[in-house]
Amino acid sequence: MTNQPLSAVKVLDLTWYISGPYCTKLLADYGAEVLKVERPGEGDPVRKMGPFFKDDPHPEKSGLFLYLNTNKKGITLDLKSSFGKNAIKELVKDADVLVESFSPGVMERLGLGYAELERINPRLVLTSISNFGQFGPYRDYKASELIIYGMGGAMNESGLPDREPLKKATGTPVLFSAGNMAALAVMIALYQAKAAGSGQQIDFSLMEAQLESVDRRMSQLLAYQYNNEITNRSDVRARPVYPAGLYPCKDGWWAITAIGVEWPAVGKMMGMPEITDDPRWSNMIAQVMPGHREEFMALFIPWCLEHTKKECVEAGQAAGANCGPINTMEEVLDDRHLKERGFWAEIEHPFTGKLTYPGRPFLAEDMPWSIRRPAPLLGQHNEEIYCGKLGYSKKNLVKLKETGCI
Amino acid sequence: MTRLPLEGIRVVELAVVWSGPYVCRLLGDWGAEVIKVESRQHFQFHTRGYMPKMPEFLVQQTVGYSTYKKLGYNPDTAHNTFTLFNGQASNKLSFTVDMRTPKGMDIFRRLIEVSDVLVENNSPRIKEKLGISWDVLKQWNPKLVMLSMPGFGGTGPYKDYRAFGVHMDNFVGHGHMSCYLDEEFDTESVVYHADEAGGIMGALAVMMALYQRLSTGKGQYIDLAQTEASACHLGQAIMDYTMNKRNTEKTGNRDYHGAVQGCYRCKDVRGKFAGGIEFTDSRINITITNDEEWQGFCRAMGNPTWTKDERFSTSLSRYQNHDELDRLIEEWTINYDNYCIMDRLQKEGVPAGPVMDEKDAYSDPHLRVRGFFNELTHPVCGTHLYPGIAWKMSKTPNHLKLPPPCLGEHNEYVYKQVIGVTDEEYAELVKEGHIGTDYIESIGFSL
Repeated sequence: MTNQPLSAVKVLDLTWYISGPYCTKLLADYGAEVLKVERPGEGDPVRKMGPFFKDDPHPEKSGLFLYLNTNKKGITLDLKSSFGKNAIKELVKDADVLVESFSPGVMERLGLGYAELERINPRLVLTSISNFGQFGPYRDYKASELIIYGMGGAMNESGLPDREPLKKATGTPVLFSAGNMAALAVMIALYQAKAAGSGQQIDFSLMEAQLESVDRRMSQLLAYQYNNEITNRSDVRARPVYPAGLYPCKDGWWAITAIGVEWPAVGKMMGMPEITDDPRWSNMIAQVMPGHREEFMALFIPWCLEHTKKECVEAGQAAGANCGPINTMEEVLDDRHLKERGFWAEIEHPFTGKLTYPGRPFLAEDMPWSIRRPAPLLGQHNEEIYCGKLGYSKKNLVKLKETGCI
Repeated sequence: MTRLPLEGIRVVELAVVWSGPYVCRLLGDWGAEVIKVESRQHFQFHTRGYMPKMPEFLVQQTVGYSTYKKLGYNPDTAHNTFTLFNGQASNKLSFTVDMRTPKGMDIFRRLIEVSDVLVENNSPRIKEKLGISWDVLKQWNPKLVMLSMPGFGGTGPYKDYRAFGVHMDNFVGHGHMSCYLDEEFDTESVVYHADEAGGIMGALAVMMALYQRLSTGKGQYIDLAQTEASACHLGQAIMDYTMNKRNTEKTGNRDYHGAVQGCYRCKDVRGKFAGGIEFTDSRINITITNDEEWQGFCRAMGNPTWTKDERFSTSLSRYQNHDELDRLIEEWTINYDNYCIMDRLQKEGVPAGPVMDEKDAYSDPHLRVRGFFNELTHPVCGTHLYPGIAWKMSKTPNHLKLPPPCLGEHNEYVYKQVIGVTDEEYAELVKEGHIGTDYIESIGFSL
């Protein structure tokens, strides 16, 4: 497919774990030629992270690795060896982008800092992804998804007021959105590099990316500046206006928000149009008066419990309310809307056979998303790159393997 | 190279609430000229506030965080002090037009003709009602990149479904996984990933299209369903289902990949929540994934005898005895300040960090050194530090330039210099009510 937006873009990928690989996956899925460099022997540590295909903890069967590395070619290389450093310098010559997620300072210690790489290729966009950025007091601090969410994200306001703050779901969406934003940073720098002929280094910190991106976080930071007030954890069950939250129904839970201008949808949905103009609930001021919530819930909750989540959502949407089901993954995979829009991708891999993966993140006629190859096996493209591209003989390749360089 | 990368790109924002405006904020931060299309005749709920001229006593009824600037509160200008808007409206311009009239639509067409990008996240039926489908817009400007990002996308059975972040997050299974281990789902957090995912992914899609346009000279239409963009961020749980038919269940603050992980109470710090409620609280997050980090952790605590207990000797046994371990850890953390614990644990190679509230963020030494907050002066709100730009680029140093715009603040610039209306035409548009800096008195909106 030659008409993918990034099919002329070459990316050298020195990332591992989640954010960096997700950044390069997004580029690869829209056409970029991404070469992933892994440590000889073990490879990307994500290969050791679950979930594993049929719960077999094999380095080629990590679902997380398989998902994060589609469309990439993979080689192994010891960056500490002089062979390794030279190979990177060779590969950087015709790369447009290099993405790395080492601890700050590692690239410089390897002799692969931006100053050196810029000398080799002034067009190069070097993207350095790290926990806390390339400078500052926390530069060398370690982090995890939980820690990034606590320091950058909105953890302080998540959860119940009298309990510990709560993070979002495990499964690292925080690190995925950071990788997503790093891909945006790459595209912005690449856009300029194409026009101006000059690349630059991006200093991308997971903490700042969270601080800037989490839903409403910037507004809350501003609210502190404006009013000197800290956001508290609030119990959503006690919201002053309603319905706005998650409610039980016949077969599980559903969520509805129909407040203010959307209040009339509630009576319509429940087949009780008379409640729309009931003075207890017909405006937000009345709703907050003592007792009114309980009186409403005495009508509303029984209605929910008589209907399945599908029925609740269909009735709510037909009436014009913002609402939706609380789905399990099984229900997500089975959902007719995502199926009809062709969201899912079927990907064949030598160790797992054909599996369903999350597919394209957006649709655009002239920017097709496609799977050209599954995630690479460890060192799968060594021969193609070292012999085919860099000109080493097959005999050299054996030597490199024996000495642990690849 | 001091020009910002996107200087010369003009973005029209016809977006509401959070995620669509966030796309434009990301582009505006890097030099694009973002023009927000607003209307004096239609008050956008949840975007410029909850109602025009919101009464002060309702502003004081705060949930979670204060959504308006309270000091010097004035109902007449309240729409310019809404934090949900101002939080992601830096580096943007605002102009007003009534698109429901033929003349207003003509103005919108002339703006589109001289722009590069249109971002909208309205329900698909709004586009139909206004008659601004891609088929129409591409004739106005074939170089236009149009991003539409409703909750469920522009096609499919749910295309007209209305949804906020909470509904999208729960639809894609995120809500089912993010909850305290021992609570029901109705206690879930009020922070939603779908807005963040849709916003970042939308900006990425726009940049890919602009990049492609450098070669093809052609614009295009992007259909982004925020639910799909956020499902892409849940690869781990989705793969577990497709590989093992297993539904990922709630994990609280814990993690599948190791123990210990948790959020622990530290020495109390006093503070004031929105609404003036006093609190005493402070917390630290700690993650330990291997023996080396566990030993570092024990050293940092001064090797208390309980750490020698066999129940905590391996990663697996720590996982199995997580509850007991949490209790013992908190007995230690409760004596110290959370920032001190971070430094002490990090020195021993243990990942740890405070749960930061807004006050912490503004006084954080790291963010200060990195220059994350930028000072801006807003004509109504005054001078404050605004959260800055998400990443740094070596050759194009950057900081926030424009404060969030007041309603219609840039009418003169946009009408006369961007769209090119004459002085006479401008006067006429003022008379007809398109141009102004407040909402039309008769605007229909009940409490």
